[in-house]
Amino acid sequence: MSVLVFVEIDNGSIKKSSQEAITYGAEVARMTNATATVLALGAADESALAQAGNFGATKVLHASDSKLTQENNMAYADVLAQAALQEGSSVIVMAKTGLGDAVAARAAAKLKASVISGVTSLPDLNGGFKVTRSIYTGKAFASVDIRSEIKILAIRKNAIEVTESGNTATVEPFYPTLKDASFTAKVTDVEKSNAELSLSEADIIVSGGRGMKGPENWQPLIDLAKALGAATGCSKPVSDLDWRPHHEHIGQTGIKVAPNLYIACGISGAIQHLAGVNGSKCIVVINKDPEAPFFKAADYGIVGDVFEVLPRLTKAIENSK
Amino acid sequence: MKILVCITNVPDTTAKITFAESDTKLNKTGIQFIIGPYDDYALARAVELKEQNGGTVTVLNVGEAEGEPQIRKALAIGADDAIRVNAEPTDSYFVASQIAHIAQQNNYDLILMGRESIDFNSGVVHGLVGEMLGIPSFSPVMKLDIEGSTAKFAREIDGGKEYMEAPLPLVFGCQEPIADWKIPNMRGIMTARTKPLQVVEPVAVDDMAINEKYTQPAAKGECKMIPVEDVEKLVTLLRTEAKVL
Ligand SMILES: Cc1cc2nc3c(=O)[nH]c(=O)nc-3n(C[C@H](O)[C@H](O)[C@H](O)COP(=O)(O)OP(=O)(O)OC[C@H]3O[C@@H](n4cnc5c(N)ncnc54)[C@H](O)[C@@H]3O)c2cc1C
Ligand SMILES: Nc1ncnc2c1ncn2[C@@H]1O[C@H](COP(=O)(O)O)[C@@H](O)[C@H]1O
Repeated sequence: MSVLVFVEIDNGSIKKSSQEAITYGAEVARMTNATATVLALGAADESALAQAGNFGATKVLHASDSKLTQENNMAYADVLAQAALQEGSSVIVMAKTGLGDAVAARAAAKLKASVISGVTSLPDLNGGFKVTRSIYTGKAFASVDIRSEIKILAIRKNAIEVTESGNTATVEPFYPTLKDASFTAKVTDVEKSNAELSLSEADIIVSGGRGMKGPENWQPLIDLAKALGAATGCSKPVSDLDWRPHHEHIGQTGIKVAPNLYIACGISGAIQHLAGVNGSKCIVVINKDPEAPFFKAADYGIVGDVFEVLPRLTKAIENSK
Repeated sequence: MKILVCITNVPDTTAKITFAESDTKLNKTGIQFIIGPYDDYALARAVELKEQNGGTVTVLNVGEAEGEPQIRKALAIGADDAIRVNAEPTDSYFVASQIAHIAQQNNYDLILMGRESIDFNSGVVHGLVGEMLGIPSFSPVMKLDIEGSTAKFAREIDGGKEYMEAPLPLVFGCQEPIADWKIPNMRGIMTARTKPLQVVEPVAVDDMAINEKYTQPAAKGECKMIPVEDVEKLVTLLRTEAKVL
């Protein structure tokens, strides 16, 4: 028996969220006397894949067919289902990302498995297989009793701390059967932001709201983000006004993030914004209005003008390095 | 062109979520229900596509009778008819099986959903339905046009956008700015009353996962206020106390 972990590769290495998924899968394997196998698709170096062992996997199946280089949930799910059958996996784990959810869903329909997305806990195996998941956009949790034989879990960011053993995994090639029907869509153009750090993977996020007053004022926020090695985000009105790109917008109708540190600059803290950040470990709020609702959800607060506070914080970070 | 739009009936985005019956059910007292915000984008785009290309828009909800006001609202916004599968939406597999069953009988060219429901936030129903029907699914999609039997669309990927083309039929999970939310006008509200709303019983599906109990997140501790003169202290606190730097 094995626990199968689907991973995403970015710039040749295993994404942080996928490292968490491997750690989770390895822990479930330990609890069930199984081993954790990783499935990686597309182009990747063998040495990068062997790193899966560092997070607890014993084996990596690598399907390197060039057709799989392009993100394709239909083909990926097909390959995942084939790997699960080969390995006899009854638990399949991946990170909750756009791609992770889609692959989880499609593989679930193929394997007649249940798919639980947004998992925040390791399973409780006393009399079944129960996990906790985040619901109502972080406003609540559900304890789910999973009854199906095959269980597919998409793990929420920060649900588990990555552990490193220093081990390496063996990498085996995997040759799935690919169907033409999975490749009917074609990509005609790609727009990638030049930010090196993606919001969903970032450990620190510096985010700006309407209190930043206009796109020409973003530099102090970007400087702080640079000093911290952080990604930048924003509130919905900011992206609606085109001050910042749409994919930076955080909240109920935008991206949901769960960094270690979230720094909100000139954001009031409307419930729809909070819904996107309530998975963060630590929240810092900078707002000139002491009554701003965001302070109620914060760990640290500064009542002040962002244009004064941000440069001073940046300097303090740089000085402390 | 036949379009199916799947909508959820969910608590308003500002609703405070609490539970009843020993934490096994949502406490619905005082909660206003709405069409899921992402589903609302899907519906708005469906109505626009119908206006451009002709055809019909059917709305589908898997849910109990209490969701009918939201279904009527969708009809008022411009859908032509509606189907309600009369069942409590339990897990994603169950819901997707119901949607796929309806879709198999009707040959829709496009099935539009929200990128995720704001109650269960799974983001999986579109993928499940796509696979059950054997057709591609894409999410989150932020731009969608139809030219003949081809969809031209943009989907969000990590840190950017991909522009794509694919032959219909397709399933999409939608998000803004695919369209602006539409507000029903008076004429829409009047005609919605007489548009067909068919209620069908669910097909049987094995129990895959049961929500046993709900809990609320632990209350956040006090926010530590740092006087603006001492901004620099924050860096020390983040490093030594919060240990996040
Ligand atoms: C269905 C629905 C979904 C929504 N989804 C989202 C979502 O996903 N994400 C989201 O963010 N919003 C969302 N919203 C909008 C949300 O309700 C708020 O309107 C929005 O979050 C407010 O953005 P803001 O805090 O940037 O702006 P404002 O509310 O205008 O707040 C600006 C803040 O900046 C402070 N400020 C001003 N000047 C300064 C200064 N010089 N220094 C320091 N502070 C200053 C002010 O005190 C104020 O608190 C949604 C709304 C609805 C109805
Ligand atoms: N009970 C339901 N009835 C109709 N459509 C639904 C239902 N649940 C989910 N959907 C659709 O599937 C999308 C994704 O839902 P989810 O996978 O729960 O996040 C939603 O935005 C809806 O469009």
